[in-house]
Amino acid sequence: MSNARVADIALSKVSKTFANRQVLKSVSFDVAPGEALCVMGRSGIGKSVTLKLMIGLLKPDAGNILIQGRNVVGMSEDDLSRTRRQMGFLFQGGALFSQLTVNDNLVLPLERFTKKSRQEIDSMVQTRLEQVGLGNDRYKMPSELSGGMQRRAGLARALILDPHILLADEPTSGLDRITAREIDDLLLQVREKSKTTMVIVTHDSAGARRIGDRVAVLDNGEIVALGTIPELEKDENELVRALVSEEGCYAH
Amino acid sequence: MLSIRAFFELAGNLGLFAWRALRRAFVRPYELLVLWQQLAEVGWKSLPLVVSSGFAVGLVLTLHTRTTLIRFGAESYIPTVQSLSFFSDIGPLIVGLLVAGRVGAGIAAKLAGMRVNDEIDAIEAFSLDSFKLLVVPRILACIVALPILTVFIDVAGLAGGFVAEYTSSRISLHLYLARAFSQVGFITFVPPTVKTAVFGFIIALTACWFGYTAKDGSEGVGRAAINSVVLSSLLIIFADVVLVKSIFFLFPGGSV
Repeated sequence: MSNARVADIALSKVSKTFANRQVLKSVSFDVAPGEALCVMGRSGIGKSVTLKLMIGLLKPDAGNILIQGRNVVGMSEDDLSRTRRQMGFLFQGGALFSQLTVNDNLVLPLERFTKKSRQEIDSMVQTRLEQVGLGNDRYKMPSELSGGMQRRAGLARALILDPHILLADEPTSGLDRITAREIDDLLLQVREKSKTTMVIVTHDSAGARRIGDRVAVLDNGEIVALGTIPELEKDENELVRALVSEEGCYAH
Repeated sequence: MLSIRAFFELAGNLGLFAWRALRRAFVRPYELLVLWQQLAEVGWKSLPLVVSSGFAVGLVLTLHTRTTLIRFGAESYIPTVQSLSFFSDIGPLIVGLLVAGRVGAGIAAKLAGMRVNDEIDAIEAFSLDSFKLLVVPRILACIVALPILTVFIDVAGLAGGFVAEYTSSRISLHLYLARAFSQVGFITFVPPTVKTAVFGFIIALTACWFGYTAKDGSEGVGRAAINSVVLSSLLIIFADVVLVKSIFFLFPGGSV
């Protein structure tokens, strides 16, 4: 499906060790433009680490990570900054800046990285917040929002600069079934509307089935399976079949 | 207990952290709004604690020194002793330790909370310089605020001393102030006050280091706050010894 030369994201033999524990062992895969790849696996297996490596928040011990053809490993701070602006990151709990209102959380990157007028910024923020169903919660503090609302506000913030690539770290974990489905709907909307390339770390097979073009299963630091859901349902590895099975849908 | 290796690791890491802060402080854009907010947080919000503590310590100090000085017939020196001891070391040291407790713990807990909630990573993911946004303004704010707070604690200490003395001897304010400032000069006031900028640097650097590098969830937040207060208090006391000696060396008249 994908080719390293045209891939938006390409990991090549990436390894990462924390305190004598090798979390990733020579991991390689790529994500084509507009593709949504879901990364699944047991907790603590290195899925979030993989996302943080992609955006340069962590540095690999070995291997290369190409974002739109440019290696983020060893990239200068300025280049990394430019590359990051092409990417949005939805953190597990939303990671909203707790001292700022929802509005200011979205305004901050627009003020820093665009030359838009105050009116344009206001309008963009309102549009994004309405898109995630938070149009009336614009001036609330993050602490006044529920978990699902924080996740939606986090998604609005991750998308505010219209990134070409969206990385989402367990966007539905800890949420009830209905809210989790709403978040998935939002991701689908974004994907359909903007053709955003997505890498979504998830435990939720229902979400992976709805959003993912392909699923990568990570176990013991290695990609043990990579393919479409129907392909993985027939995989020899029992863990792979269990992770993508419909029984695991919205099992929170 | 810290092993020798851990001690040198910590010292090295703090040194690198300080160097990074120093370099980032001169890189545009300058976060003036954040600096202003931090000045309010460190300075303005610490003022009630600093002033009330200074007043209480000044009052108690006069009550204690009074009995001793009366024994030697030196009652009239009470305001002078009060002002010299407060201006030269008690005021600066108390401010350092109070701010290490109130502000240092707050900074460490705040940054540690941001670290464990991924807020710092979120800032970096937006290509914003988290170090410039979070660490540099806090260090600068503490450097600026501490000398100002020291002036306030000096005044509060004198006020406390006057109240104690007035209740005992009915001394007039005019006479008290005249005696208090009779021996106060540049050397006894300016260098000790300015040295608290170093305390501010120590407090903010230590607190930011423990907060910025925190891990292990909410437990890590508490640990960062405690470690910050313990280490910065110790460093302030050690730094005070070095700075007092340095002031005596640079301004020989001050040691008289």
